[in-house]
Amino acid sequence: MHSDRVLLAHGSGGTMMRELIEDVFIARFNDEALLRMDDAASLEIPAGRIALTTDTYVVTPRFFPGGDIGRLAVAGTVNDVATAGATPMFLTVGFVLEEGLMIEELRRILDSMVSVAAEAGVRIVTGDTKVVERGHGDGIYINTAGVGVVREGVDLSSRYCKPGDVVLLSGTLGDHGIAVMSTREGLSFGTDIVSDAAPLNHLVAATLDAAPNTRCFRDPTRGGLASCLNELAGASGVSITVDEESVPVREQVRGACEMLGYDVYQVANEGKMVAVVPADQADAALAAMKAAPYGADAAIIGSVAEGPAGRVYVKTSFGARRIMDMLVGEQLPRIC
Amino acid sequence: MCLAIPAQVILMNENQMAEVDIHGVTRTVSLSMTPEAEVGSWVLIHAGFAIQVVDEEFAAESWELIEQIEWDDGDVASLGADTAEVGV
Amino acid sequence: MADLLSAWRDPELAKHLVELIDQAADRPMKLMEVCGTHTVAIARFGLRGLMPDNVTLLSGPGCPVCVTANRDIDYAIELGRLPNVAITTFGDMMKVPGSYSSLSREKADGRDIRIVYSPLDAVKMAAAEPDKQVVFLGVGFETTIPTIAVTIKEAKKQGLTNFSVLSVHKTVPKALEALVNDPEVQIDGFILPGHVSTIIGPEPYRFLASQYHVPGVVTGFEPIDVLQGVWMLARQIKEGRAEVEVAYKRGVNSDGNPTARALIEEVFEPCDSDWRGIGIIPGTGLAIREAFSDFDAAKRFDVTPPEPKEIPGCQCGDVLRGVLLPFQCRLFGKGCTPEHPIGPCMVSSEGSCAAYYRYTDYGRS
Repeated sequence: MHSDRVLLAHGSGGTMMRELIEDVFIARFNDEALLRMDDAASLEIPAGRIALTTDTYVVTPRFFPGGDIGRLAVAGTVNDVATAGATPMFLTVGFVLEEGLMIEELRRILDSMVSVAAEAGVRIVTGDTKVVERGHGDGIYINTAGVGVVREGVDLSSRYCKPGDVVLLSGTLGDHGIAVMSTREGLSFGTDIVSDAAPLNHLVAATLDAAPNTRCFRDPTRGGLASCLNELAGASGVSITVDEESVPVREQVRGACEMLGYDVYQVANEGKMVAVVPADQADAALAAMKAAPYGADAAIIGSVAEGPAGRVYVKTSFGARRIMDMLVGEQLPRIC
Repeated sequence: MCLAIPAQVILMNENQMAEVDIHGVTRTVSLSMTPEAEVGSWVLIHAGFAIQVVDEEFAAESWELIEQIEWDDGDVASLGADTAEVGV
Repeated sequence: MADLLSAWRDPELAKHLVELIDQAADRPMKLMEVCGTHTVAIARFGLRGLMPDNVTLLSGPGCPVCVTANRDIDYAIELGRLPNVAITTFGDMMKVPGSYSSLSREKADGRDIRIVYSPLDAVKMAAAEPDKQVVFLGVGFETTIPTIAVTIKEAKKQGLTNFSVLSVHKTVPKALEALVNDPEVQIDGFILPGHVSTIIGPEPYRFLASQYHVPGVVTGFEPIDVLQGVWMLARQIKEGRAEVEVAYKRGVNSDGNPTARALIEEVFEPCDSDWRGIGIIPGTGLAIREAFSDFDAAKRFDVTPPEPKEIPGCQCGDVLRGVLLPFQCRLFGKGCTPEHPIGPCMVSSEGSCAAYYRYTDYGRS
């Protein structure tokens, strides 16, 4: 690379673009389909149902404690495919780069993506890059699509939750949101908390093996556990009650939330999975989660009941009951 | 306007600033309203300031008094006499 | 100590306190809490559901965010529209609607509006960006006011010429007096704000008991604290007493925090203040003293905001005075929800309507 930063010319389709692609992207994404540099990747896909997902990542700051936008992009897409009960196989990656982005930063982000893809066992097989003028694009935006094949006999849906089912959470709540918040100007605080962004396809597969009648998986990303459970309760027409005492939350996350007046149930997570399973498979599911990568802190956090439909309750550590409400707009720190 | 949480002072800095610990999270706060605070003190922090030193012994006493209500079932007056401030 | 502090959520003790409240509440009683933080604590811990039928917990005008007048928000917005001005504010104020817009909407429109956790962070920003005029929106009660006093002093010490404060602070005791004097308002006892009292101590509330025969208990914010406060109030009412008691002893000294009060006194002087939904309550505002007038945003800038306008149909005023419970407002849940709020009580995260809507079954079909 002749330049240390992304220039408009790198997106123009000419020799500079070729240089960017070869020196920076191809040098990392060492995949045989991608190396062909064809306009489309031609792939063998086993027979069966396909799970297809797309997502776009715009997080700022692009580097945060425990990860970066690249790690988030691959893990997030892998996880979305996994929630369909599918084995993730291939990823596409599209980049919008802002003129002026340092090449060194781009390299670091790509390295993250490669590393997570390898861990998840997925191939990044095709990509695209565009460059936009300085002042647009916030440094870097990443769009992905993920493809996987749904496992034989598996049929998951957010509409399948039934009264009596058990709700599991794969680990501690709030880590990602708090890690990102700790870097924000005007709010900064010192913490060891790092983002939990991680690929959970192995954890999901292990849980499905142990609990084949699992109703659904969902990752509590934006809007946190509250959005996730409210969506499930709404889709299935049931109510869900969470037992506050059993929800795993790191001390420091608790401390940060108390200080800023945040509701930990509304803080984003990027490496956690919620699973709803029939009661007689709950213990097996829990054991499988705990033994799986990123599942050591897994816990049973609640249960599903009749109604009112769409209602999510919290049984407080204190014995009383209140509603777990969904986030409206952005969660803002308060002093009141 | 009352969100204030307990934290422990772990380091004193200049200009009446200090570092406090809240469940492992650290933050720089001002001690200008609590000049008597020192390393190890527990303080209530609000909007980046310590607004009060919480006396550990006192907190413990308050707690014991509360716990007593459990045992002195009908004898609610005992708590009242110790903690109530009689108004005019 | 950390264990000690978490003990204030002990469920067994809570149960016992609820029984005691039940015994003490031998007649219907309306107890008003006057602190947004109490509103949230009560909602978050589901305490209202634990109360016996005789006890009604009302939320009063204790959310300084909810009671900030439309025209004060309009003023801040107008300042934010000046070139080179950055408005710094606590997160609480972002979504509260003024007559025509909100800080959040202004930010979306490209104005420089920044959230800070501490007012000192605003001074830091001013020092780091000498070309910007940094204005801090000073909202809050006595808990927060001394922090802004220190901030102004710090700005003066640093010799900053680009920092100022728009002071729309409010003080609590006279507002309580206005409430007890209001013929529409019927309160049997006050759950007094814990952290405001950390600063002012229990003395400023004595008049409630001595002049108006209304009991008050200075209460903390953990579930046990709130239950203890409610119990002590119920007990007073049952015994026909009217006193100002302190339940929150670990957080409130008998003399409050004199250092903090001296700081307020040094930087501010009393003035009148406009309470949204209630009107002007004399002597409840704080204006920046002459000695610090260099840091008074109202004096530094010359703006004329548009005529303030109230939202038709909004009953926030009645809710703030405890005349209506949130779900009794005709717009609650119909047209006024957290997604589409009409008044500040629903927008503000510690507004009573928002607390009711978010944490209870009211308003949901």
